[in-house]
Amino acid sequence: MSRPELAHDVRLIDTTLRDGSHAMAHQFTEQQVRDTVRALDAAGVEVIEVSHGDGIGGSSFNYGFSHTDEMKLIAAAREEAKQARIAVLLVPGIGTVEDLKRAHDAGADMVRVATHCTEADISPQHFGAARDLGMETVGFLMMAHRTSPEELAKQARIMVDAGCQAPYCTDSAGALLMHEAKARFEALVAEVGDEAWVGYHGHQNLSFGVANSVIAYECGVRYIDGSLCALGAGAGNSPTEVLAAVFDRLGVDTGVDVMALFNAAEDVVRPYLPRWPKMDRNAVVQGWAGVYSSFLLHAETAAERYKVPAHAILRRCGEIGLVGGQEDMIIDVAIQLAAEGVEA
Amino acid sequence: MSPATAVPAAIVGPGNIGTDLLAKLERSALVDVKYVVGVVESDGLARAREKGIAASAEGVDWLLRQDPLPEIVFEATSAKAHIANAPRYAEAGIQAVDLTPAHLGPMVCPPVNLRDHIDAPNVSMITCGGQATIPMVYAVSRVTPVPYAEIVASVASRSAGPGTRANIDEFTHTTSRAVAEVGGAQRGKAIIILNPVEPPIIMRDTVFCMIAPDADRDRITASIHEMVAEVQQYVPGYTLRAEPQYDEPRENWGGNARVAMFLEVKGNGDYLPPYAGNLDIMTAAAARVGELMAARKLEAEQQEVQA
Repeated sequence: MSRPELAHDVRLIDTTLRDGSHAMAHQFTEQQVRDTVRALDAAGVEVIEVSHGDGIGGSSFNYGFSHTDEMKLIAAAREEAKQARIAVLLVPGIGTVEDLKRAHDAGADMVRVATHCTEADISPQHFGAARDLGMETVGFLMMAHRTSPEELAKQARIMVDAGCQAPYCTDSAGALLMHEAKARFEALVAEVGDEAWVGYHGHQNLSFGVANSVIAYECGVRYIDGSLCALGAGAGNSPTEVLAAVFDRLGVDTGVDVMALFNAAEDVVRPYLPRWPKMDRNAVVQGWAGVYSSFLLHAETAAERYKVPAHAILRRCGEIGLVGGQEDMIIDVAIQLAAEGVEA
Repeated sequence: MSPATAVPAAIVGPGNIGTDLLAKLERSALVDVKYVVGVVESDGLARAREKGIAASAEGVDWLLRQDPLPEIVFEATSAKAHIANAPRYAEAGIQAVDLTPAHLGPMVCPPVNLRDHIDAPNVSMITCGGQATIPMVYAVSRVTPVPYAEIVASVASRSAGPGTRANIDEFTHTTSRAVAEVGGAQRGKAIIILNPVEPPIIMRDTVFCMIAPDADRDRITASIHEMVAEVQQYVPGYTLRAEPQYDEPRENWGGNARVAMFLEVKGNGDYLPPYAGNLDIMTAAAARVGELMAARKLEAEQQEVQA
């Protein structure tokens, strides 16, 4: 199994329609997906990720039910994309190989298998299935701030040996400071750089998404994620249009039409934003306390329901070391805080 | 001849699960573990011998040569091994309690449906998440229809072994199915999360059930508390972290309301550490099944003697 040839210096992967699903409370409509894919595809973005925010099979009480069946959204995206590949996220423990087969049938070309940064050994089952289906593969090592660069590299090795073409340093909490991100990029490139590409997925909770992307490129990272208007969990992702502009200024070829991405962000995505993801108190707390970015809206809902501050819920989530997928614990934490007499 | 006072049993698979199960069954007056079986010499076999139990590394061939034969065998090996062994137990008239993912027999959860399968030649213990959550789904579904139930199991990374990790989809599929088939929901969904935080987290389970807007919440709550007490009979560390939580109907819940239960499952710390409530609830439930099967056998023997 080999990694794909790169057409440009950097392979930009847009996750507006996947990570953005968190910020949209999973209420994307087919029309929004079609319009966004058309704009991204025309701008030359090579890979467009579409699925429930928590990956295929994520529609649930725990993460929020999808407005439109994601398989329908994936099929719509496939129809609209002329050159772009369509990717889906799969989080083992939430989604299954069966979900992957359905996504593949709907037109997905790539799967991004995501595990907590120390649990890569639950992913080989899904990488194996993806390779059998002839899909491109990416591996997300989520909450990458929660382990050392050396351990992260070992986990990337597990994924690559299982058939992953591009393991990622996935900063799900937007918590990595620049030197921390750099150490992880270097460790991953040293471990698997000869046979796989290394990727970076950033969040803006501490404003480092774009800056870390530049450092990533300098370290040899070649897959870089973004979202139009930063539409993503927490304070959002590294904005795709800003990444395009910055790499253009650096003379790094991404193959995209920068102005077309500005327009896509402004004319296509901005009109449907429920709110522009930003570094408000709750989102900054997430970066500061190392909390999974997708917890944001759930914490706000629980805050309202149990009359405790969302930032207090999020801080507690960081203190007790919750990982991605434990959204149910947000309610548990809110109930406990209310019982302790913490007031909004 | 006077009737026996305990039923002879065997544990096949002397790993962590088998050893913890042995510790639990040693406290049983009705189940007498006479044999522990593996396929290679191991610490587990040595531990069994220290307790004075006949233990062998010669597998099921050895077990089936013993006199008396066990009447109940607890299988804690692998799905593959159990699929190979199960027909041999059946042929020898030995009832099998299967802790592997083979799922050959009916799926049982002791306080929910064991009475329906007490005489089955082979029963499946489902999954750890299933044992922890199905009693709660059933507690709701016996009061009011549950169109959809969803469970989220969070376990300490250290308590998830290589078998679980290599096939995590098995957990998701089996538990989803059992939430519906055994728990009584019309549709089920299961999610499992591994958390590596130190010190290790105690197993946590959340159960969400969709219910009608006008479902009788007092009766549901009473049923939940009653069921928690039943599970506590064999897992004392099975507790609700808070009262059941009711959320008002929402449009994207199909106009339904929701009840949520937040559970903590602390193990007994017999052989496995207390945080591994996921493993403990499997062995505790299996021991419970064994006890009830043994009671049933002894009762039958008693009746034969009287006749």
